Amino acid sequence: MAINFILPEFEVERNDYRCIRCRVCERQCANHVHSYDPDGDVMLSDETKCVDCQRCVCLCPTHALKIKKNDAALRTNANWKQNTILEIYKQANTGGVLLSSMGNPEPFPVYWDKILINASQVTNPSIDPLREPMETRVFLGKKPHDIERDENGNIKTELPPQIELELPIMFSAMSYGSISYNAHKSLATAAEALGICYNTGEGGLHEDFYQYGKNTIVQVASGRFGVYKDYLEAGAAVEIKMGQGAKPGIGGHLPGAKVGEDISKTRMIPEGSDAISPAPHHDIYSIEDLRQLVFSLKEATEYKKPVIVKVAAVHNIAAIASGIARSGADIIAIDGFRGGTGAAPTRIRDNVGIPIELALAAVDKRLRDEGIRQNVSLVVGGSVRSASDIVKAIALGADACYIATSALLALGCHLCRTCQSGKCNWGIATQDPELVKRLNPETGKERLVNLLTAWKHEIKEMMGLMGINSIEALRGNRLMLRGVGLNEKELEILGISHAGE
Amino acid sequence: MKRVYVHEEWCLGCHLCEYNCAFANSGIADMVKALKNKKITPRIHVEEGGKIHYAVSCRHCEDPLCIKGCISGALTKDDEGVVTIDHNKCVGCLSCMLLCPYGCITTDENETVLKCELCMKNSCGAPACVQGCPNRAIVYEEVQE
Repeated sequence: MAINFILPEFEVERNDYRCIRCRVCERQCANHVHSYDPDGDVMLSDETKCVDCQRCVCLCPTHALKIKKNDAALRTNANWKQNTILEIYKQANTGGVLLSSMGNPEPFPVYWDKILINASQVTNPSIDPLREPMETRVFLGKKPHDIERDENGNIKTELPPQIELELPIMFSAMSYGSISYNAHKSLATAAEALGICYNTGEGGLHEDFYQYGKNTIVQVASGRFGVYKDYLEAGAAVEIKMGQGAKPGIGGHLPGAKVGEDISKTRMIPEGSDAISPAPHHDIYSIEDLRQLVFSLKEATEYKKPVIVKVAAVHNIAAIASGIARSGADIIAIDGFRGGTGAAPTRIRDNVGIPIELALAAVDKRLRDEGIRQNVSLVVGGSVRSASDIVKAIALGADACYIATSALLALGCHLCRTCQSGKCNWGIATQDPELVKRLNPETGKERLVNLLTAWKHEIKEMMGLMGINSIEALRGNRLMLRGVGLNEKELEILGISHAGE
Repeated sequence: MKRVYVHEEWCLGCHLCEYNCAFANSGIADMVKALKNKKITPRIHVEEGGKIHYAVSCRHCEDPLCIKGCISGALTKDDEGVVTIDHNKCVGCLSCMLLCPYGCITTDENETVLKCELCMKNSCGAPACVQGCPNRAIVYEEVQE
């Protein structure tokens, strides 16, 4: 065998005193890192296969295992970093495009972490959310420009269709195919319990999940997988996916190996065939074309469902959003460059798109300046990691946030970023029945509900300390935010003052 | 009566239940000390064949064959319905082992019989297999028949 040049990225450290040879690590590793040699009664590890998913570490009953970064290193070079060199070796080995998963891990600025929240002191009272009412419910959709009343004072204006959410959070699109049946079931049942929505992604809706329709956003993407009348009618809203933060401008590819019987039926494609989503929608080459699809979907759903248009955050996002707001869409979803994916070319994931914080601030400002902010609700995603990120997003002008990576983390994901292998040891990003069963959807649902219940408490606490008692009063309230360590231009785009101002 | 049930759908075949069982019944506080370099004799067994796995332990039958066949009166049913073993009475004839239709009775180096007593007699207090199951495949609940 030729030399492959690749250094193992991780090291398995086994505390041999603690190891009782129960072989759980061996049985649980889909990458076959661990094995047992009965001759010497020893556990062996093949570190070249380890992806640092931490499954063995979590299941080891005596805590005998540690997965560490391998300290075997190439000679230090500030220009040619080890990873850069290893990627060259990989490509020289295979001739292929480098693939990665989940969000951009590179050290770009995280603006959430450079924004601080205000609190009430002396001159205005803060609110205790445990003693006073605190409203976290939001409605997403087009809002009327003004209100008309008849001679008796009753409201005549008809409200366009809305999505009602108990808290300003939704699970963003992850297709059945990219994630497992049990992961989808966890999201669907948790969304129902929480009074929010999850999103089918582009892979259609499994027949078992039509019952969660009122908590489902059904997506129509460029591949149009599984789209038909009942599907469109099943959801609380229809989302047109124009782009995804992790890979703006390109399509998707679900390998045929993952298209088993159930996925084939749900996606309405032959079993074993590759599911390829084209880069563009072949019927959308302009805002006018987008408008046609928006209204086709509204016709198909008898104008009862809001239509969301999801785009990736890219350079001209404000102008793009302005166009979408005029296309008849009810909601714009913007996905930042740190958003996750089940597989994307590494170069694209790590180098294309812009941070969601800047995109959100720019879009909100542009729509206000143009007097069309009420035409659409704004939903942002692409690495919203905590309740404070959500509070900051809302204060920057978002109506709600999409979360997905945090939701997968709650389900057990350890961000090993190898979803593309299809061998997810946590039963999330896989279609192998032996691995899928590792995620019990009952546990999954509970963990998701716990996470968002905790976030809800935190959001209420943070609103309370600002003296604000509803999401409505926080939305676009940029005076509640201050930047630290940001330059003039960044502050200008974010529309916030520097701390101390 | 509350019993241990196994959902094959969620059983991963990781065998942790066997080690948790052996540990719970070892009377030793540290798992490494209890199980290191020892052949374990758990009261629950993961049955496997191809891609199917499920853990099996005593069903605590309504009318247990093991008790009927016990020649020394070591096996009895307590007030709760738990089939228990008195090691002082067991003579190690293994009739119960032959009679159990689920293969849930085992024996250790002391040559008396071991069986699941729902961790009622050890310090665990509730079935250790259930507590340690990573995927809720083993549950301890009352099911109305």
